[in-house]
Amino acid sequence: MTAVATIAGREVLAGIRNRWMLAAALLLGVLALTLAFVGSAPAGPVAASRLAITVVSLSSLSVFLVPLIGLLVSYDTLVGEIERGTMPLLMTHPVTRLRIVLGKFAGQVAILAIATVVGFGVAALATGLGDGGDAEAWRAFGVMVGGSILLGAAFIALGTLISAVVAERGTAAGVSAAVWLVFVVLFDMALLAVLVADEGQVISGDLFRVLLLLNPTDVYRMLTLAGSETVGALSGMAGVSAEAAFGHALLFPVMVLWIAVPLGLAGLLFGRKEL
Amino acid sequence: MEGPALALEAVTKSYGRHAAVDGVTLGLAPGERLALLGHNGAGKTTLLKLALSLTRADGGTVTTLGCAPGGSAWTEAKREIGFLPESVAFLGSMTGRETIRFYGRLKGVGRAGCEEALAHVGLAGVAGKRVKTYSKGMRQRLGFAQAILGAPRLLILDEPTGGLDPESRQAFHETLHELAGRGAAIILSSHVLTEVEAGTDRIAIMREGRLAALGTADELKRRAGLAVTIRVAVRPGGGARLASALGGRSSERINDHAVELRCAAGEKRALIERILGLGDEVEDIEIVPPGLDAVYACFGGSGGGERERAS
Repeated sequence: MTAVATIAGREVLAGIRNRWMLAAALLLGVLALTLAFVGSAPAGPVAASRLAITVVSLSSLSVFLVPLIGLLVSYDTLVGEIERGTMPLLMTHPVTRLRIVLGKFAGQVAILAIATVVGFGVAALATGLGDGGDAEAWRAFGVMVGGSILLGAAFIALGTLISAVVAERGTAAGVSAAVWLVFVVLFDMALLAVLVADEGQVISGDLFRVLLLLNPTDVYRMLTLAGSETVGALSGMAGVSAEAAFGHALLFPVMVLWIAVPLGLAGLLFGRKEL
Repeated sequence: MEGPALALEAVTKSYGRHAAVDGVTLGLAPGERLALLGHNGAGKTTLLKLALSLTRADGGTVTTLGCAPGGSAWTEAKREIGFLPESVAFLGSMTGRETIRFYGRLKGVGRAGCEEALAHVGLAGVAGKRVKTYSKGMRQRLGFAQAILGAPRLLILDEPTGGLDPESRQAFHETLHELAGRGAAIILSSHVLTEVEAGTDRIAIMREGRLAALGTADELKRRAGLAVTIRVAVRPGGGARLASALGGRSSERINDHAVELRCAAGEKRALIERILGLGDEVEDIEIVPPGLDAVYACFGGSGGGERERAS
């Protein structure tokens, strides 16, 4: 495990030096603060805490931004190092290829996690401390930040898989953009279109629930928005929560699968790659 | 008795229809320095990659430090291998010291060992600067520092002296000599023939993926049957008399008092005796053996060559 930690440490150091971590934290922080103050303005009349509303806003933001950051951090993690010539040298050191993949993944998740905690934390402190957000809102915030890190990890794993499959950085960038588009935009639109066209004939409630699990961003939505009564009500996900009937006990393992499967495949493919 | 540091047996590797390495058999003993010569595309880098398991052989066997690259014992074996790729690259945002410590941690080499390696290549004074500010020569020296971390038993160096100034090249070869003296086996590919001749024990010449020749520089020169050049200085006006005394042997008159002759290595002694027979007419004799460039042209060129097997 020392080798994994060593490689992860180098990733974090590189992320700090090339300002990746700072850029991600600033992006998330500025947008989160904007959403926190603009989005939570109507909190008073509905008697909901500003933090609870902020959690809803940030969750919607995370669904778009976190996968994007995850893919941007990871799409050239392997192919980029091969192109730059740093990978052959690393591979001749006493570390297995799987550990190289795991080390780089762990470092990138750490970068994203720090950026998320700092970026969203600023917004939470600004809104939660102001009116003393209730315990449930803080719990929902914790789940949202944890879920965002898991979502980011899933897309870092997908980016790593893309990086292990393709032969050039440019291709990896293109495929990553397509993956982001499919999971963040097209999947739900396509699912909605199919549901409308089907009119409940073929796609039953059970099938619909399973289909939602095929997209990590949907798993994330159910995990963060449907998990809390207040937040669920505010986000309009309470109904979905009842309909979907997936608790955290199922959603967390599914999210972990969304991380483990692409990462395992990346390790397998990278292990067979010829330089 | 300790086995070979590197053993290749009938190794082949193709990319599509192109045979990059074609049936190469080669052994490298501990403490031995072997130079790998050949044109661009002759298969040198592929051969080194095969030894490092960066690519897999299509046929034959590769044994590096007693184990098959890629096998279960391979990860630990790599602790004792130093590698310097042709175009060594590092993360530009890290300092030289951070870079060496990173590779040192992977190899289990402590901070003292890392500092020693940096000092050895003359980078201790600039180790705190980021690698992106380094010149090509400095990056190459940093690459060499990481290659010698932890006193490796096998050093694999691909074009190691590219970008180095003469002083650094001298220091580089002194280090190789020192490491070989401690039992490290060294295989290096190079185009700098003068360095290779002076700094290695055996030479392997590759041509179109095959091993065209293998042996010491002297062995290869003998085997190539290249002519020896004899330069004779004679008294002023003696050039013509020398030429006639040698009985019409082909010679090139440099000027009035110097003549250059060529002969096969086996004829050298008899010819010198005949020249010395001219007595006071001869002022000096200089024997110039064929250079490695002529040997390389003989074995590595597209026209000639012989396929050999290592002993």
